[in-house]
Amino acid sequence: MEMVSTMDQENEVRECRNVVCMRGIVKHFPGVLANDHVDFELREGEVHALLGENGAGKSTLMNILAGLYRQDEGLIEVNGKEVKFNSPRDAIAAGIGMVHQHFMLVPSQSVTENILLGLSEPRFRLNLPHYDAVVAQMAEEYGLHVDPRAKIWQLSVGEQQRVELLKMLYRGAEILIMDEPTAVLAPSEIDDLFVTLRAMTQKGKSITFISHKLHEVMAISNRVTVLRKGKVTSSGINIADTSRAGLANLMVGREVVFRVDKNEQEPGDVILSVDNIHAENNKGLKALNGITLNVRAGEIVGLAGVAGNGQRELADVITGLRKASEGQVIIGGEDITNLSPKAGIRKGVSHIPEDRTHVGTAPNLSVTDNVIMKNYTEEPIGKGWMVNDTAATKYARELKKAFDIIVPNVHTSVRLLSGGNLQKVILAREISKKPELLIAMQPTRGLDVGAIEGVQRLLLLQREAGSAVLLVSEELEELLSLSDRIYVIYEGEIMGEVADGDIEKIGLMMTGMQMEDIRLQGEKSNE
Amino acid sequence: MNLAIILQAGVATGTALLFATLGEILTERSGILNLGVEGMMLLGAMTSYAMSNKFGNPWIGILFGMLAAGLVSQVHAFITVTLQADQVVSGLSLNFLATGISLVLGEGLNSLVGVPLIPKFDIPLLSQIPFIGDVFFAGHSALVYVGYLMVPLAWYFINRTRPGMHLRAVGEYPSAVDAQGINVFGMRYFYIFVGGLLAGLGGAAISLAISPGFFAEKTTSGQGWIAVGLVIFAQWNPIRAAFGGYIFGALRRLVLDIQGPMLLLGFANPFYYNPYYGFFLKMLPYAFTVIVLIIGSREANRKRVGSPAALGLPYIRGQRGL
Ligand SMILES: Nc1ncnc2c1ncn2[C@@H]1O[C@H](COP(=O)(O)OP(=O)(O)OP(=O)(O)O)[C@@H](O)[C@H]1O
Ligand SMILES: [Mg+2]
Repeated sequence: MEMVSTMDQENEVRECRNVVCMRGIVKHFPGVLANDHVDFELREGEVHALLGENGAGKSTLMNILAGLYRQDEGLIEVNGKEVKFNSPRDAIAAGIGMVHQHFMLVPSQSVTENILLGLSEPRFRLNLPHYDAVVAQMAEEYGLHVDPRAKIWQLSVGEQQRVELLKMLYRGAEILIMDEPTAVLAPSEIDDLFVTLRAMTQKGKSITFISHKLHEVMAISNRVTVLRKGKVTSSGINIADTSRAGLANLMVGREVVFRVDKNEQEPGDVILSVDNIHAENNKGLKALNGITLNVRAGEIVGLAGVAGNGQRELADVITGLRKASEGQVIIGGEDITNLSPKAGIRKGVSHIPEDRTHVGTAPNLSVTDNVIMKNYTEEPIGKGWMVNDTAATKYARELKKAFDIIVPNVHTSVRLLSGGNLQKVILAREISKKPELLIAMQPTRGLDVGAIEGVQRLLLLQREAGSAVLLVSEELEELLSLSDRIYVIYEGEIMGEVADGDIEKIGLMMTGMQMEDIRLQGEKSNE
Repeated sequence: MNLAIILQAGVATGTALLFATLGEILTERSGILNLGVEGMMLLGAMTSYAMSNKFGNPWIGILFGMLAAGLVSQVHAFITVTLQADQVVSGLSLNFLATGISLVLGEGLNSLVGVPLIPKFDIPLLSQIPFIGDVFFAGHSALVYVGYLMVPLAWYFINRTRPGMHLRAVGEYPSAVDAQGINVFGMRYFYIFVGGLLAGLGGAAISLAISPGFFAEKTTSGQGWIAVGLVIFAQWNPIRAAFGGYIFGALRRLVLDIQGPMLLLGFANPFYYNPYYGFFLKMLPYAFTVIVLIIGSREANRKRVGSPAALGLPYIRGQRGL
């Protein structure tokens, strides 16, 4: 009897009853083993989360399943049949669709055009009105609200993501892969996405979902697979059998502290003072409407708000990347309004920008070139008009070690780095020289829990060392645990300032309520 | 000076520019800048003139002229698409290459006589319309009428058809197109070829219809460069390209005619009395192009109809952070 049952079990391992089985997947990139004999299974109608540190190989594994990369070893079965994908087209034909970390949409074209891209229907004449109607109906069915005639560049990030989903559904995808879909969404958009995902699993679709946010994983998925350094550390465990701390441990291989401690300290002089700043956004519309705030030495000041309310423009004005039409920016007592970014750098301003690939780094340059970008004129790296290569390489190696940047060597182009490691390169450059003022935009977006902990510690260290830190984030939890004071921004205006970490107040102000109104209401209800 | 005659000549002369501009629009829409238009036009002009003479049929001449320019354009395709080299450098070299070939093989062509040319005719009925009929539908070569058809067709193709949609997408965001399993490299080769064919047709229109003959570089006299400029003025739109082409053609005619009369607007005509001022006049259309270009691109900036976003960039598959 015993024998038979083990035989049965063995059979079950070999035979694939799931919609997707990936067996022994190996993928090498020059200098890295991104996937090391990875097994992965997806059941029909489930949401299966894929967790792992930055650079663990999650995107690589899913890119293989979506036909973008070819595995070096291992096999893939879809609905019990072995498949070999030579291109994303083959994967789509097998019912697999992927929504990438970077959206694959043509900005100048309409929603419908993007959905029809690459299909053999319509054959020649586009007849957009007809297809607009089809798309609208499909959008209705899945609750993915978006105007089929709108151009992609006019849409918010959340809407663009819906277009990506519609694109996959239109192609008849039964298996959906979403690579960090929530990293770019505002909290309310995340809720909408989850509603849609549930609606889709109800209709029998199966979903793989990559995220770094453990509470989201706990909320939406049925099972979870964890990768660490290219290997599976836990395969398909039920979400009910695990906890946030347990998952974090599996990912990082050690205990993770979710709340960093900060010690009390008295802030010093005002370093940054922003007075009545007005500015426009890239579309030429008013983005900042009289912003006034200040940051003192040795304190972290949070700027809360839903993305797109002027945070990016404000950071640009402070760092000299955007002109203000009115108002003043004073750093360390010197008026630097509308001067070049160089003026700010001279005053000790560091900037961790939101856009890592274009503003934060030069993608085709090496890690070394990227980290010396700000101090290449200083000894010993710069000598006169020359750059000392040996000194630069040595400096880069030190930073690689200090910040634990995972990359084959410091001469690798940064475009090959995973999202988390790219962020570490920027951090290494920006805070290795103690800045007077640090502007940090979403510094932990897309990072794994271990890396988040590291970044948050680094920010607190800056505070202890006496830097002034302006922290822009959408993660309320992060803002509350790090900041000494929090300003709330809404449609280019400061709604108020909170020092006691009152979440409710912050939430109200994020939706456009002025501090005074909240106080008045409070008084009324007390009466 | 007669307005109808100037405009009529403008339409005739502008047709060569129109073909070349349409070709470059299609090429640039796919994300490839080809600065070799002038050379390709010259090659088209030379080949079509020689072949029309050899076969005694101007249409066979045109066919050869287009093919020659189309083939030479594939050098640019290989260098920029496959080898992913700089498009400006490659385009400039293509220009030298094609010009060189034309001058060597075209040596002595100007002594030919009786080369069969493209026939001219009136369009029945339409040519009867006062003024408009004279300008657009009377006494033009067949190629002018082909040009009229090509403008709306090109517009329709780009904006209202599936391959046109793919063309627009590949010039804007090639990785999105690649991800849908469409061959980005193949498409770019194809549209560079189409651009070559049309530049060749433009050249043939000059040597077999507009100003018949082959006079070395003077045949095209820089019109290929003007076509490259007109693409920007046209904001990659065939209909605006037609306007640009015809207006430029009319200007060329105007500066010729302006030297004729002794009185200009009641004053003594300085261009009549000082023939040397002719050089200044001949420069005007080119200066006009520069001005129009500046205005056009400022307007484009304001209306945010920029160049195709991927224009000039090689496509490398699997490259992160496009
Ligand atoms: N096209 C590529 N060329 C070279 N190396 C690559 C390429 N794509 C990924 N890598 C490397 O493979 C490893 C795994 O990367 P991958 O993008 O799969 O990580 P990830 O788990 O998705 O990380 P993140 O959470 O940061 O997105 C990394 O070390 C990365 O640098
Ligand atoms: Mg990834």
